[in-house]
Amino acid sequence: MNIEQRRKERLDRGIKVRTDGLYAIMSWRELSYLTLPRLVLILGMLALPLIMPSMYWQRVISIVCIYALLALSFDFLAHFVGLVSLGGGLFIGVGGYLAAIMNTHFGMLPLLTIPIATVVGAGICTLFLLPCLPLRGVYFAIVSLMYPLALARVIVALDILGGTDGIMGIESFGNRWVEQYFVILMVLLFLFGARRLVNLDIGLVFRAVKDNDQAVRASGMSITFYKAVAVFIASAMGCMGGACLVHIYMWSGISLLALDFSILPIAATVIGGAGTLVGPVLGCLILVPISELLRAFGTLRIVFYSLILVAFIVFRSEGIMVYGQRKYHQFERWVKI
Amino acid sequence: MSNQPILQVQDVTKAFGGVIAVNRVSLDVNEGEIVGIIGPNGSGKTTLINCVTGFIKMTSGRVLFRGKDISGKPAHKIADMGITRTFQIMRPYYSLPCYKNLVIPLFSPRAKRTGGWRGGGKLGDRDTVGIDILEEIGFERDSFVPYKIASTLPTGYLKRLELARCLALKPEIIICDEIFSGLSMSEIASMVPLIERLQMDGITLIMIEHRLRELFRVSNRVMVLNFGEKVIEGTPEEIMANEKVKEVYFGSEEVEEVMSHA
Repeated sequence: MNIEQRRKERLDRGIKVRTDGLYAIMSWRELSYLTLPRLVLILGMLALPLIMPSMYWQRVISIVCIYALLALSFDFLAHFVGLVSLGGGLFIGVGGYLAAIMNTHFGMLPLLTIPIATVVGAGICTLFLLPCLPLRGVYFAIVSLMYPLALARVIVALDILGGTDGIMGIESFGNRWVEQYFVILMVLLFLFGARRLVNLDIGLVFRAVKDNDQAVRASGMSITFYKAVAVFIASAMGCMGGACLVHIYMWSGISLLALDFSILPIAATVIGGAGTLVGPVLGCLILVPISELLRAFGTLRIVFYSLILVAFIVFRSEGIMVYGQRKYHQFERWVKI
Repeated sequence: MSNQPILQVQDVTKAFGGVIAVNRVSLDVNEGEIVGIIGPNGSGKTTLINCVTGFIKMTSGRVLFRGKDISGKPAHKIADMGITRTFQIMRPYYSLPCYKNLVIPLFSPRAKRTGGWRGGGKLGDRDTVGIDILEEIGFERDSFVPYKIASTLPTGYLKRLELARCLALKPEIIICDEIFSGLSMSEIASMVPLIERLQMDGITLIMIEHRLRELFRVSNRVMVLNFGEKVIEGTPEEIMANEKVKEVYFGSEEVEEVMSHA
């Protein structure tokens, strides 16, 4: 019996190899090969508020960006530091409540509350998560999931921070264009910042902590310290999102600590392509509007939503971006073996 | 060279529950020496160095480095003082190219302080320093080898990469956990001069080995462990001649073979 066997061979495109080094600046073709995907993303994001038909959809874009920040922080922690975080709700909640308190009690402007909530909130989240950082395994995921649930109960039980009613009367951004372009620019800033970070030497240390933490200890570095730095960076993204969110809704309540903020970023990362950093942002751009469109179906939308997820996991588990990058950089052909 | 031993292991004991893996083992290591630790499987060699390097906490005993008590310190603090180790099961960063593997130890506080291997307190570009270290350890500079992803390399190179990771910290002591195991005869033959050169550079080496012939050739002193206890300590010649070692550990045939080749 002689069955002809074939195998898919993948080769880097010539232009990809040429643009790896300094030769990239030789011609417009090479230059555009490198910059076009980035330009499409940046210009596309900036154009989004302009092409949206209604104020309702413009608001959806802002929410997309909040989720994108969370998904970015999840992808960074999970695929570059090796910490699976379910703490999206914690980050949003801490950042949101901080901004709300600063705005309503001390009368600070959004211009001031957002950066302070980002830095202070990230510090608080890092302190919360510090005890489980020396541990390996699933503990980080469990503890980071527990905090938002516990904090919501504490707020309701003690009736602090507005209890179930939440904190109302928070100042808005003032202008919806300011609001949208601020969150879009923040997403772009954190996206390209994170991409740069993981390729710096300290980024290599983060990846090494994920690859092989014992070797990092043997190299004379504290893995707990580097994990804490990474958690600070990731929670800063989340807290920034939370602070923006309360100024968008002009309200802060226990729904900031909801499970949605922990789960949707993970789904977006699966759809967009894990470990690419751009993928999760794209995933949010797809998932959040879909879940808005399906609002008409009431609770049934969860079913549609799950079906999309399952389809992606079964048919394209690598995610859109990984698939796209492969097609962009490589060509494939069948070869006999 | 001062008279004080660089590393003093005093009555180190490690018990895992009821099992005593290492029982009151003491060892003095002088500066510039190569000390071998041998013993059958499960005799506590790796546990002993895990205790010394802080990767596990010892039950009792003390470890002194240049007269300073380092027992109970975390592993990264001990590595920061210059006591580095390789792992029996190699632990490179498999997804990174070889020279990028060395960027990580070169990022450590100790490397920044000392300037990395051969550095005079000033660390240049980490990629370049990494390739320099790889060249010294036997990676051909102008070949593709330093740029290859670590997971594609054969065992021989990975063992060298383990040593290179230690060298990046500019260590005072390197503890090698079975650096010869899994290598071919020719790879070992090229590894032995490397070990000797490290000794000439003033690095103190502690080597856990099963390859007795090569170990006896390079080491100044050898300690034999059995069931977590120290059987004997002495020069390679003394160890080979010792009846107790023959009976307890080697089995007579292998000793003869080692003797005839040494």
